[in-house]
Amino acid sequence: MFPLGISQYLIGGLTIGLGVGLIYITTGLHATQSSFFDTTLSYFSNTPYFKKKEYLDSRFWRIILAIGLIIGASLYTILFTKGSLYVTSVQLWRLALGGFLVGAGTRLSKGCTSGHGISGVASLSTASIFAVITFICIGILTAIMIQTMGILP
Amino acid sequence: MNLKYLFVLFGGILFGFGLTFSGMTKQEIVLSFLRLDDLGLLFVLGGAAILTMIAINLAPKILKKPITGGTYTKRSRTLNSKVIVGAAIFGVGWGISGQCPGSAIASIGMGNIPILVGIISMFFGAYFQGIILNRFEKPAN
Repeated sequence: MFPLGISQYLIGGLTIGLGVGLIYITTGLHATQSSFFDTTLSYFSNTPYFKKKEYLDSRFWRIILAIGLIIGASLYTILFTKGSLYVTSVQLWRLALGGFLVGAGTRLSKGCTSGHGISGVASLSTASIFAVITFICIGILTAIMIQTMGILP
Repeated sequence: MNLKYLFVLFGGILFGFGLTFSGMTKQEIVLSFLRLDDLGLLFVLGGAAILTMIAINLAPKILKKPITGGTYTKRSRTLNSKVIVGAAIFGVGWGISGQCPGSAIASIGMGNIPILVGIISMFFGAYFQGIILNRFEKPAN
């Protein structure tokens, strides 16, 4: 069940919670991720859907948050892997097809692993709890189907 | 620099560091969870949600309002079919590729160049969703 142990997962998760908690305590903002796509699209699209006030008001800090994520991952890479880079072995077609569905699905659902999974669950939101159960179950079914078809990793 | 953005940047750095430390920025590790080979991801979600829950409940008791202004509100979403259908579509994409929005963005910081294909596709997916939904939403005014 835990071939790599649990400490890296728990420490990593608590660090994420520290970041999300710090942002909430100091600013009152929910540091969730998938809204970043809609709010950033508001810079480029004139479609009314993307021009909502909540998107226009939050689009700048969401870019700062995304930059923070990249800096955090870079810091880890510099400190713990001595600068050795990681490149995924997942095929490009899977990143493209999966990415499209992740973008569309998370925005239709109004949340992702962080929005529903962390902030939503932490707020004890019923909608988020049902969303988390749904995406974990469907994710498991899909990944096992892909593996059964002989597609690896 | 505006104090609000400084806090968001610092919190974001912790978020990205934690995602990477936990292995979530590696799509293979996420896929090993979804194949039920390694259930560690549950500790990532659980650990992050517990500290966030403490922050959400404690913040309004320590401070009347956030340092940078505004108010403390819980994150609430109305449970409807869109939430569930969207989560199911996300689940399919997650299972195909092992990517989710935050971990994909952070993964750029590890030098994972191919992930840019995934992120650009997420923008296309979000855009497609937006223009479809725009047809069904009433104008704001």
